[in-house]
Amino acid sequence: MFDAKLSVPRSPLYREEFEHDNCGIGACVNINGKKSRATVENALKIVENLEHRAGKDAEGKTGDGVGILTQVPHKFFTKVTKSLGIFIGEEREYGVGMFFFPQDELQRNQAKKMFEIIVEKEGLSFLGWREVPTKPEVLGHKAVECMPCIMQAFIKKPSEIEKGLEFDRKLYIVRRIFEQSNDVTYVVSLSSRTIVYKGMFLVGQLRTFFADLQDPDYLSAIALVHSRFSTNTNPSWERAHPNRFIVHNGEINTIKGNADKMLAREENMESEHLKGELYKILPVIDASGSDSAMLDNTLEFLVMSGMPLPLAVMITIPEPWANNKTMSQKKKDFYQYYATMMEPWDGPASILFSDGDLMGAVLDRNGLRPSRYYITDDGEVILSSEVGVLPIDPAKIVKKERLHPGKMLLIDTVKGEVIDDEQLKDAYAGRQPYGEWLDSNLVKLRELKIPNVRVPEFTYEERQRMQKVFGYTYDELKQVILPMAKNGNEAIAAMGVDTPIPVLNKTYHPLFDYFKQLFAQVTNPPIDAIREEVVTSTTVYIGTGGNLLEEKPENCDILKVENPIMTNTDLLKIKSMKKKGFKVETVPIIYYKNTSLEKAINRLFVEVDRIFREGVNIIILSDRGVDENHVAIPSLLAVSALQQHLVQTKKRTSVSVILETAEPRDVHHFATLLGFGATAINPYLAQESIKELIDSHMLDKDYYAAVDDYNHAVISGIVKIASKMGISTIQSYQGSKIFEAIGLDYDLVDKYFAGTVCRVGGISIADIEKQVNDMHSLAFDPLGLASDLTLDSPGHHKARSGGDEHLYNPQTIHLLQEATRRGDYELFKQYTACVNDENSPKTLRGLMDFNYPKKGIPLDQVESVDSIVKRFKTGAMSYGSISKEAHECLAIAMNNLGGKSNTGEGGEDLERLSIGPDGLNKCSAIKQVASGRFGVTSKYLTSAQEIQIKMAQGAKPGEGGHLPGGKVYPWIAKTRHSTPGVGLISPPPHHDIYSIEDLAQLIYDLKNANKDARISVKLVSEAGVGTVAAGVAKAGAQVILVSGYDGGTGAAPRNSIHNAGLPWELGLAETHQTLIQNGLRNKVRIETDGKLMSGRDVVIAALLGAEEYGFATAPLVTMGCVMMRVCNLDTCPVGVATQNPELRKRFRGKPEYVENFMKFIAEEMREIMAELGFKTIDEMVGHTELLKVRDNLDERYAKVDLSNILNNPYAGSKEKVTFDPKQVYDFGLEKTQDERVLLKQLSKALETGAKRSVEVDVTNTDRSFGTILGSEITKRFYNTLPEDTYRVLCNGAGGQSFGAFIPKGLTLELVGDSNDYFGKGLSGGKLIVYPPKGSTFKQDENIIIGNVALYGATSGKAFINGVAGERFCVRNSGAVAVVEGCGDHGCEYMTGGRAVILGSIGKNFAAGMSGGIAYVLDEKNDLYTKTNKDMVSSYEITSKYDVLELKDLIKEHVAYTNSEKGKMILDNFGEYLPKFKKIIPHDYEEMQKAIVQMEEKGLSAEQAQIEAFYANKK
Amino acid sequence: MGKPTGFLDYERVDAKAEAPKSRIKHFNEFHEYLPEEKQRMQGARCMECGVPFCQAGMMLMGMASGCPLHNLVPEWNDLVYNGNWKQAYNRLKKTNNFPEFTSRVCPALCENACTCGLYGDPVASKANEHAIIEHAYVNGYADAKPPKVRTGKKIAIIGSGPSGLACADQLNKRGHSVTVYERNDRVGGLLMYGIPNMKLEKQIVDRKINIMKEEGITFITNANIGKDIKASQILSEYDKVVLCCGASNPRDINAPGRDAKGIYFAVDFLTRNTKSLLDSDFKDKKYVDTKDKNVIIIGGGDTGNDCVGTSIRHGAKSVTQIEMMPKAPDCRAANNPWPEWPRICKTDYGQEEAIAVYGHDPRIYETTVKEFIKDKNGNLKAVKLVKLQFVKDEATGRNKMVEVEGSETVMDADIVLIAAGFLGSQKYLTDAFKVELNERTNIKTDPGHYQTNVPNVFAAGDVHRGQSLVVWAIREGREAAKAVDESLMGYSNLNVQ
Repeated sequence: MFDAKLSVPRSPLYREEFEHDNCGIGACVNINGKKSRATVENALKIVENLEHRAGKDAEGKTGDGVGILTQVPHKFFTKVTKSLGIFIGEEREYGVGMFFFPQDELQRNQAKKMFEIIVEKEGLSFLGWREVPTKPEVLGHKAVECMPCIMQAFIKKPSEIEKGLEFDRKLYIVRRIFEQSNDVTYVVSLSSRTIVYKGMFLVGQLRTFFADLQDPDYLSAIALVHSRFSTNTNPSWERAHPNRFIVHNGEINTIKGNADKMLAREENMESEHLKGELYKILPVIDASGSDSAMLDNTLEFLVMSGMPLPLAVMITIPEPWANNKTMSQKKKDFYQYYATMMEPWDGPASILFSDGDLMGAVLDRNGLRPSRYYITDDGEVILSSEVGVLPIDPAKIVKKERLHPGKMLLIDTVKGEVIDDEQLKDAYAGRQPYGEWLDSNLVKLRELKIPNVRVPEFTYEERQRMQKVFGYTYDELKQVILPMAKNGNEAIAAMGVDTPIPVLNKTYHPLFDYFKQLFAQVTNPPIDAIREEVVTSTTVYIGTGGNLLEEKPENCDILKVENPIMTNTDLLKIKSMKKKGFKVETVPIIYYKNTSLEKAINRLFVEVDRIFREGVNIIILSDRGVDENHVAIPSLLAVSALQQHLVQTKKRTSVSVILETAEPRDVHHFATLLGFGATAINPYLAQESIKELIDSHMLDKDYYAAVDDYNHAVISGIVKIASKMGISTIQSYQGSKIFEAIGLDYDLVDKYFAGTVCRVGGISIADIEKQVNDMHSLAFDPLGLASDLTLDSPGHHKARSGGDEHLYNPQTIHLLQEATRRGDYELFKQYTACVNDENSPKTLRGLMDFNYPKKGIPLDQVESVDSIVKRFKTGAMSYGSISKEAHECLAIAMNNLGGKSNTGEGGEDLERLSIGPDGLNKCSAIKQVASGRFGVTSKYLTSAQEIQIKMAQGAKPGEGGHLPGGKVYPWIAKTRHSTPGVGLISPPPHHDIYSIEDLAQLIYDLKNANKDARISVKLVSEAGVGTVAAGVAKAGAQVILVSGYDGGTGAAPRNSIHNAGLPWELGLAETHQTLIQNGLRNKVRIETDGKLMSGRDVVIAALLGAEEYGFATAPLVTMGCVMMRVCNLDTCPVGVATQNPELRKRFRGKPEYVENFMKFIAEEMREIMAELGFKTIDEMVGHTELLKVRDNLDERYAKVDLSNILNNPYAGSKEKVTFDPKQVYDFGLEKTQDERVLLKQLSKALETGAKRSVEVDVTNTDRSFGTILGSEITKRFYNTLPEDTYRVLCNGAGGQSFGAFIPKGLTLELVGDSNDYFGKGLSGGKLIVYPPKGSTFKQDENIIIGNVALYGATSGKAFINGVAGERFCVRNSGAVAVVEGCGDHGCEYMTGGRAVILGSIGKNFAAGMSGGIAYVLDEKNDLYTKTNKDMVSSYEITSKYDVLELKDLIKEHVAYTNSEKGKMILDNFGEYLPKFKKIIPHDYEEMQKAIVQMEEKGLSAEQAQIEAFYANKK
Repeated sequence: MGKPTGFLDYERVDAKAEAPKSRIKHFNEFHEYLPEEKQRMQGARCMECGVPFCQAGMMLMGMASGCPLHNLVPEWNDLVYNGNWKQAYNRLKKTNNFPEFTSRVCPALCENACTCGLYGDPVASKANEHAIIEHAYVNGYADAKPPKVRTGKKIAIIGSGPSGLACADQLNKRGHSVTVYERNDRVGGLLMYGIPNMKLEKQIVDRKINIMKEEGITFITNANIGKDIKASQILSEYDKVVLCCGASNPRDINAPGRDAKGIYFAVDFLTRNTKSLLDSDFKDKKYVDTKDKNVIIIGGGDTGNDCVGTSIRHGAKSVTQIEMMPKAPDCRAANNPWPEWPRICKTDYGQEEAIAVYGHDPRIYETTVKEFIKDKNGNLKAVKLVKLQFVKDEATGRNKMVEVEGSETVMDADIVLIAAGFLGSQKYLTDAFKVELNERTNIKTDPGHYQTNVPNVFAAGDVHRGQSLVVWAIREGREAAKAVDESLMGYSNLNVQ
């Protein structure tokens, strides 16, 4: 709308839908509805104090958007309309519209006139226009360039219409008609109750731009504010929040599916309130809006249809109820009833909503956004993303709370009540007899009778033929189906992908494989579906969706299925079910061979339409019946095409589609089918294949058990795939289309996979048809002759000669090893000739060629090898994943060259941080910070030249890791600060990064922890990575690494390695171009990696925009790796990826080999650069115009369309498109209290290590407080200072990351409260926090520190006199902490240290906890209901040692914080002791015992660990 | 993958060979294989490599490394470990028509490239293969499976060596009617007469041929095309013809005295030996008897070794094997690392036996025959040998072998066996079909193709590729079969992994 005037062209790889935004939110409400100036003022102040949560453009002058929603300020409007001659009447007798009109006067006048006409036609009277006074001069030029003309309209309420909702409903209809009649205007709000002011502001500009907001008569009892941090800076006024009802901090991950279903649902939603008017309103959702806008559209529609606002919010963002053991049946029934009709809108979200009377707030089921609130004794509620945003007298505070995951807070300003979640939901749950309705109507699959009919079976030969027809391979049988049927889990693989993407592959790939899974990185978090299973659900509903708007028993005439992957028996039950409300019919998706696939699809539509008219509401698409003359429509094509047809014709929620299909067998296959619309799948041939495994003795297992395990493995795999995108329920995953296509014809995608991003074109429907026929001919010989029906071995993952071509094959491996060993460049050229083989391109870059200029330059004018190799890096492989020998070899080599090696996520041995007696520099220049934070100490960070935040890795983007206990050898445990023999879990998300502004915070933390290091952020190539990168650049990163999906040496499920993420060529080009588009390119260096194997590869990377280059697999190969792909088994036969001392002896790599490789790559680059005419890499970066598609490509390769990559609109321009040190992000560290106050005051003491104390005031904008000071202490003293050497007393609110990474010797004492990430990475320091004097609230019931406290702490102490938020002590590996209560997921992934909790805890306590001990005061004896017992046991405290430890810690706590609860416990210790429980992980306990036993035998501590480890391993 | 730690847990154990002094008393195979249960542990040693060098069949530094048949070695090793013999047989026969031959006579390129061999002993894949196929015979998996549908197309295959048999087997499976012509009296080509019985017992060959007959292949022996039967007749009777007649033109040693009596080509020597053995258990005396003779064998290859073993079995007085090249190192040289084909000194069964019987290795290196010395009857009496050395040729920069002056010696010799390799196709046959040859007298086709310049005539195996290994012959036979099938039917569903 206003985006039209772009000064820069757009990248062809960019799509508007990639944009993300995250934010800061706040609200001020007077419970009693007392309108005041203070409410508005305070809300504005809140947003101004959340500046660090708002984004701005490269110049820092234009903000991403800020806005406010208030009640209609009647007094103010009475005043200002009077002068305009408009008589508005009494409060709520008129509606106010806020409009963004075009600046063009002609267009504007037409729009205004149109609006007036519509108002009148709808029977209302139009009162007049008011031009809103604004001050454009305060804005940045980008905001001004696209600034709309802002006006308000006043509409009179007809007397026959009731005030409030009924009048607003009328206004809603007017607005929807207007929106559809005029597409150049944006209606910000139109209501008699609320009004929104917003725009492209920096936080301070909202107030100054709109004079209205400063008017003393502008009063309100409710004010919601929002500041936006968007990934891009493309101008948009309308994308600022609030929307009409909500402000939203977060992201709806399932938006595509939700929107589709909402559009389809329009047909079966009827309400009394909008009877006869619906046609004016539809479509409900504006598909061009953002996810928040679409959610707002939906809520608004539901409310206007008569649903109470809180209920509408509750059913769209339900709390996790299915697996909740403590929830009442009544409430479960209520959720169950609505779940049959509405899938969750899933994703991280903190939502504030208001209709002008009610104000509410809700948090998503995972609690992934912080929201804290205070209630004061004078009836004010102040809610915000952070505490400390407003100064409030502690004596006035009656409650300090936070929003809990899935819970709602509601304030009714009319009734003057604060309604808590329990009360509110009980009330709604009691409105109808939902339980009874469900009992008599809801059908459960498991309860359906099995009919007396035989399940169809294949003979051996039929089965073989079917497997052949559908392209099954021996690899799949053995490495995919077998492990799943055997273990109920997907198999793990390693060492990435080196085979061509399907479109370039000569061997057959089913259509599924052309789709790549998308995953969450940075802007929203992936979730941990294993450790946080409590929030997941695999249930789906089959049948006709009910009418959401009318509560009635018939709505639950629906079939509930707990696992959408069905056995043959399940399907048979459905096929033969005879129940009221269900009509089932099977539709074949097979067609005559050699006829048109396209026609077959059209016939499918016709057939479905026909049976739909006959009342069928369960459609079973079946490909049974393939024979000599029948072939099947590829199942994914059938499902997606039909889904689209059903959405378009609005039938989707009236029917369910079940697939009976031979085709899917791999988890990814099923994921695509569900993701594109199937409700349930019966994979009959995969299950038949299990029978074959059993018949041929490859699997010794009961058939039915094996099928169950297989189905379980599939669904768990899909839950994991969904969780990579942050989606926790399969119901929402269905139809959410979270994939990017690669190598499919654009028309094909548009026609049958609409809404799916496809930027590399490829095969068409005719090619698919041919593929189907070819595969069929292999099984059914056209002449009926015998053919080999045994399964082929194409070796998609592990190589098989004669199958897929692998980049790493015997020839390339051998040539590379010999070339680097001998230092023979000629041999290396033979190697690169194999890699670059132009006759069979295996990668996108393989399809490219250089557009050489007529004349190059002499080779000797090109930048030297020594200079080029400084841009080279080795991949992030942890010490633990590879051996000490290999890890050090890489570090020495890269340090010799002046390049950079990377620690990976496993920490680094202290001895390596300084140059050893052998004179070798083994210190990795890049220190990685990953989600597990293993070994991330202050010392580790200060030793870095570059600190890399790993947001995703190529092998398994969106996933965490699990290092099994057997691989945690004592020396690995030492560098990871954990226990030998005890498994270690890296969570899927960084628990301090759920959004872009969180990443900005971590970057800021790390910059504070080491001012001299550059901060790098590692992303993985996927659709939209460029947009994410723009956000990352805005957040202050200096290096952005875009990894290809194919790289990655790590172990991961097969589908993660092969089916998630994209080649780096796409991600790199998109990133480079999107950064230029946003004016951010000069702020960062772009790095890329992913199977970079030759100088040619690297030059192409440079031309596409990369300045630095990473290599992992190739250096490993030079050190001896032979791509065994058993890294996960600890049996690496060449001593590279193993810790086994016997195998490590076989390591024969040398730094020279790695150095030779790097030098050879650089030399080959120089040769190409000379021909291209470039003297330096910097000159070359981004010159995409020098790339072209290779000439004379084979027909199939020629179909692959690379134009989106190669048509770089910014190529060849004179502007600098590389990093410019002058434009580097300014963190403003000199303004921190650390620099301004602490370092200055302590400067002398720091020289000597003498004791000193300092006192300061702090607020929420003092982020990472103490971290710089901490880094200075570490540099000078490491951990040699005694405790409490430097004491800093702070008053006020601690900002985020208070005391992050502080080392031993530093103590921070905070009087007040603090925000999220308190004590992050604590490295030996001490933190104390307690409420100020005069506080009246009870400490053990009120929150004092935010979420994710002590994340990754390695040592030190923390005493917290109050309650902590969610995920207290997450991944703590050594710190000791005492707290008086905590939220959900406490002590998650903890591996060491102690946590003492003197109050109540939230659910899922100790999930993934593999080490350390928690002592919990369990006064209500309900700890067992809240503990995740997968890995831990709970005991009473009996041992003397434990009692002593507990008592000492409480004593210390009382001494530091004066805790009343603590004192009470100590005073009555005998009475309290039995109420304490000791939570200890099983494996940890075993190992500790074993170590003690070994020590008792007289072994040294170190030796005891080693012996205990081996004893345990056996 | 067998067992992940199998390569650490178990040692390699090979089939046990009968002691040399005992085995030279007969002409039978002399290996005692492990019992099945123990053989399974050998399967456990396979690591199921991500890059299985064993099955690559790829050129590395100019030498083939790994199996040219791309045998699915990791797959069947695993199945052996799991005792899943039937499935193992299915995976084995998918790529290899004749495991019963290759598991006996192949120099095991797979084992030489085995990753396990990088540090220690390779997996005993050859013995595993042997176990699979013998198990299959015992349990009936290897029984005849004639095709159900016949195409009515007739194909003639000239030559019944490994490539001809493989080609015939493949085409017959597709339903074509195949006739194999063999100029000898027995089917099998080199398998029958080129390889002595102690390496490959002839009932093993017959066992397979009989199955192929049952499956419908016609074998016509004593039919020498180009001599006994005209090529034109074959061409008119059959839709397609595949020439698989081997590189049967032996390389001669053109030294003075070559006409002496007692000089034989190794292939003739071995053929007569086996024929006599099979016809009459040597009673017909139609073999070349080496009893109490001084035997000199020219050529250090596998055939030379077979001559050593055969001569010893007949009770030769002495056996000497002369070789032009210097002795290869005992273990891999630095410039010949794994997984390249190892250029090392291999002491084969014949040489082992010679050491046992005569107390020394029969081989003399860097030596060639300068003259054959006859007695007055024209019988061979001695040979004049001369030493050779490498000298760099200034002109080309390459090394060439030159005689060492004054190094001549004379050695008593009653029988000389020339095992100096083969030069290419035999002229009478290529002339008969008028097929074009390349400079090495192999039948010429486009690279990677099998169709000759003559319509409907294809060529495969040594006659096409030049003298090579059995595995290469089988591969060529399979690929040629696919080409023939495609040319007949317009498409082919024949599989070549």
